[in-house]
Amino acid sequence: MSVAVTHQTQPANGYLATLLAGHLSAPSPTSHKGTMRGQCIAPPVLTALQVAAAERVSALNVPSTRDEEWRFTDISLLTKLSFQPVVAESTLQLADIARFTIAEAGARLVFVDGVYAPHLSHTEQAEGVTVANLAHPLEKSAAHTDVRIATYLGQLAEYKNNVFAALNTACMSDAALILLARDTAVRQPIHLLFIASKQGGVSYPRCLIRAEAGSKATVVEDYVSLQDEAYFTNTVSEFSLADNAHVHHVRVQREGMNAFHIANCAVTLARGSHYQSVSVAMGARISRYNLNVLQAAEGGECTVDGLALISERQLADTHTCIDHAKPHGISRQLHKCIIGGSAHAVFNGKVMVRPGAQRVDSQQTNRNLLLTNRAQVDTKPQLEIFADDVKCTHGATVSQLDGEEIFYLQSRGLTDVVARNLLTYAFGAEILERIPVASLKHQLEQTVLEQAGLKQSGLEQMK
Amino acid sequence: MIIQDSKVLLEVRGLRASVNGTEVLKGVDFTVRYGEVHAIMGPNGSGKSTFSKVLAGHKAYEITGGSVLFDGKDLFALEPEERARAGVFLAFQYPIEIPGVGNGQFLRLAYNTLQTRRGHEELDPLEFDDFVREKMKLLEMNPDFLDRSVNEGFSGGEKKRNEILQMAILEPRLAILDETDSGLDIDALRIVAQGVNHLTNKNNATIMVTHYQRLLNYIVPDFVHVMEAGRIIKSGGKELAQELESRGYDWIQPDLDVNSQPKATARIVA
Repeated sequence: MSVAVTHQTQPANGYLATLLAGHLSAPSPTSHKGTMRGQCIAPPVLTALQVAAAERVSALNVPSTRDEEWRFTDISLLTKLSFQPVVAESTLQLADIARFTIAEAGARLVFVDGVYAPHLSHTEQAEGVTVANLAHPLEKSAAHTDVRIATYLGQLAEYKNNVFAALNTACMSDAALILLARDTAVRQPIHLLFIASKQGGVSYPRCLIRAEAGSKATVVEDYVSLQDEAYFTNTVSEFSLADNAHVHHVRVQREGMNAFHIANCAVTLARGSHYQSVSVAMGARISRYNLNVLQAAEGGECTVDGLALISERQLADTHTCIDHAKPHGISRQLHKCIIGGSAHAVFNGKVMVRPGAQRVDSQQTNRNLLLTNRAQVDTKPQLEIFADDVKCTHGATVSQLDGEEIFYLQSRGLTDVVARNLLTYAFGAEILERIPVASLKHQLEQTVLEQAGLKQSGLEQMK
Repeated sequence: MIIQDSKVLLEVRGLRASVNGTEVLKGVDFTVRYGEVHAIMGPNGSGKSTFSKVLAGHKAYEITGGSVLFDGKDLFALEPEERARAGVFLAFQYPIEIPGVGNGQFLRLAYNTLQTRRGHEELDPLEFDDFVREKMKLLEMNPDFLDRSVNEGFSGGEKKRNEILQMAILEPRLAILDETDSGLDIDALRIVAQGVNHLTNKNNATIMVTHYQRLLNYIVPDFVHVMEAGRIIKSGGKELAQELESRGYDWIQPDLDVNSQPKATARIVA
């Protein structure tokens, strides 16, 4: 179903109509700021960007399965429901979110239904490091910060032809901002925690990470829920890495089981910079993650790993594009899906090597494990190579649990069910192993064990 | 060891089994008593490996006739894991790799599962670590193997040692070693054989399934059986294995009474 996104043609309770009525009644700087929640003090650079984005929202359509990029992902369910932005500040206390916190984390920014929650957060404004809400970046050097924000915000994540990115850009107010000064290393992971608490709410989480030359950090982008009803998270993250910067990006999507989660992430790599990401998707009724990594200069390196663990009627779609625009780039990708129930996973992984991008070394692997006869996966690895001296491999497999492996475990005394669950767990563990934050890794392993029904088997002591 | 008047552990009568509609076992008769070590030899495709998998409960094989009593109880009434808990152990010809599952953790899970079912106390990770390291010495295994994924990246010899390590930990009453010697160099063979010899006693029994006589130089069987075309066609003492090694399988004339008790046959040959 394709819905024209203009104010005039919207059905009365159509999904975008509701959103536009709530947020973009007149996309002009003054009224726009007025319609946002009261305390929002967006930097001036935002307004022009948001006006431009709002215009794109009006011009674009909600994608349907007739669009190639959405062929396997039917979001008509999303368009039928209505969602309201949440404007009230959260009344949640630290105890309410304790189970989501990460012990190792230094700075933590918490957003509840998209609204920054200062009382739950721990900002950091140490020498060379800014971790703060975008609406209140840094009083002491606001002007300077403003320029940097203007350089990157909305400039990496393409919104001209992406209605969800445009919508996020037009509607964002609070946002996570991480600025790393030259040669700064942040040892403790930075935790960006986005909590959904309201049924029928819509939120526009936004992250901007700028890592100056030689800086280093680990960022955990984490989506969680306190309730199981339908809501909508539409998020955009932008990572800009200067020369030789190293950023580890852990993305965890553990939304409620009736949530809609649509995410766009854009990463730009300068010379010799490293971007390593592990993305885990286990929540949401329908989720879509677009990750675009641009190796904009020579010698960039990225590792882009993913795990989708879904069951029942969930749909998890991961679209990645690794764009080798310059020579000597390296990319590694291992994306795995574990699909149970009548769930549906989609993987579309494009690796592009531009003309002249010689000596690129790229490996992409997609492995899918179907746990039932009703589980479904659509996988589409794509290589587009326009250089002649490159090393690129890609491959995809779809399999079920191996009968010989199950028999092996049974012959050691494990029941059929435990054997299956153990093998399923092991399949996913290969990705979870790569998460560089021990307590988060442990949390997720426990979740996977729980989902695999292994909690009762004594296996939870395994990790 | 042959023990006078020892109790029967395994009694196979007229066992028939097929895979994908093809009959592979065509009436196997076979008796094992406590304390005994048996070798089943035979050319490729004779049904030896099928026989061992059928005993362990592999789902790919359909039992089409006959019976198997294990300690007097119907073995086929048990699921594979129940057979393991009852004391049947199969050392695989090709042990399975399980990436993502630590070997030590897997061994502890298997051990504790069996301990629980046998009404014994489980071991916590520290206790188990001491326990398993002691067993590993027997097989001259580096403790590093506990931290690696189950069989992943193990050499052929390491995998076979890991199988015997599992046997040492699980203490089965009936151990079936399926081509345990294949792929082993002479040093590894010696170590594996020492391990098995250390584990055999009057309260258990061992069946070795092998194509070659080599293993039998290190684990000396009480009885040797020749399987061909899905039946045991000849049984004898350990000398039979040497004869097979030097003369091949072609000279064998089936015993007149192929249904005879192996023990009885052994006495004739001896």
